[in-house]
Amino acid sequence: MKVKSRRFMAVDILYILLMVLPMVCGIILQILTKPPTEGIEIAGARIFFTIPMPLQDLPITESQVNSFLVVLTILGFALFITHGISVEGGSRRQIIAEWIVEVTDNMVNTNMGEYFAAFAPFVAGIMALSALSSLMSLLGLYPPTSDMNIVGGWALLVFVLITYYKGKCGPIVYMKSFTEPAALLTPLNVISEIATPVSMAFRHYGNILSGTVISVLLAAGLQGVSNMIFGWLPGFLGEFGWLRIGIPAVLSLYFDIFSGCLQAFIFAMLTMLYISGAFPQDEFERRQRLKLEKQKTIK
Amino acid sequence: MLELAIGIILGCCALGAGMAMIAGIGPGIGEGNAVAKACEAIGRQPESKGAVTTTMLMGCAIAETTGLYALVIAILLIFLAPGRLVNILLSSIA
Repeated sequence: MKVKSRRFMAVDILYILLMVLPMVCGIILQILTKPPTEGIEIAGARIFFTIPMPLQDLPITESQVNSFLVVLTILGFALFITHGISVEGGSRRQIIAEWIVEVTDNMVNTNMGEYFAAFAPFVAGIMALSALSSLMSLLGLYPPTSDMNIVGGWALLVFVLITYYKGKCGPIVYMKSFTEPAALLTPLNVISEIATPVSMAFRHYGNILSGTVISVLLAAGLQGVSNMIFGWLPGFLGEFGWLRIGIPAVLSLYFDIFSGCLQAFIFAMLTMLYISGAFPQDEFERRQRLKLEKQKTIK
Repeated sequence: MLELAIGIILGCCALGAGMAMIAGIGPGIGEGNAVAKACEAIGRQPESKGAVTTTMLMGCAIAETTGLYALVIAILLIFLAPGRLVNILLSSIA
């Protein structure tokens, strides 16, 4: 084991700071800007300020800021974990990095096939973004995935990719794919094409939001029950929600941790399945073969 | 009269939200079937537990979609629709 140089350590500390600071900044921002609320309420993302735009004003909301903080955190993590990797290997973080790359490569290979092997970084990125965004609620921050706009943006990106791979063999094959299996079904096929990104966005958003709403309702209910039981205590002791300590954490285990990670996995999985399902594999291979034969005959 | 109109709007929004969530029955039955079959499959072939569990979770998530549509509509009806409808009513009177 060789001794790490001072420069290496300094860069390491810089990366760790890049990893941790965004979340700390988010918490500080939350403390500074959040107005004190009366009781328990369910509210959307707060708007920090709006930028005037020609068509419509562009509001900069909490969810946008938080999702950029998540991006910075993931960037810091990726830089930290790949810092100082070598061919010989040896460091612990290199093993973790290799494990992550191997798992995503395997997943993409089994679900999408050889042709889409280059999709592994995209899938891993969207999974990490989604999972970390949902897990952000553990720090008391507003999770960006419970905002329709953020998740809708991801789903739109997937929709663009689906359309690109569907039209890989030219517009005629793309148009023809809507008339399968019968020409009568064309309107239904068009609707189901549009429904794909809508359902992806709604699924992710609905799952995270339902968790948030149920957690808030439970907290409110426990507050009421503890007021009823401990209301006779004087002053602060009577007003404080004693039952709210610990009990909501059990639900949070499911709604914040399990549901968040599961939805990230499902979003990535559906991305892979939809994209590889939209690609006309047989037609593409047939054309590739024809092209090769043509080249041979010319030679 | 105005109070009655606003009351009808609020009440109907709440009723609509409640009726929208009837859609929760479908995913419940569907997911129950999926999990039951997955348990059977694991019982028959315990070595394929990982693959069955992953596929079952995927299927459950997709079966959940219709329920989540209903949930989104219910949330819109509770949090967004009343204010907007009352605003429309007031502006149409004024």
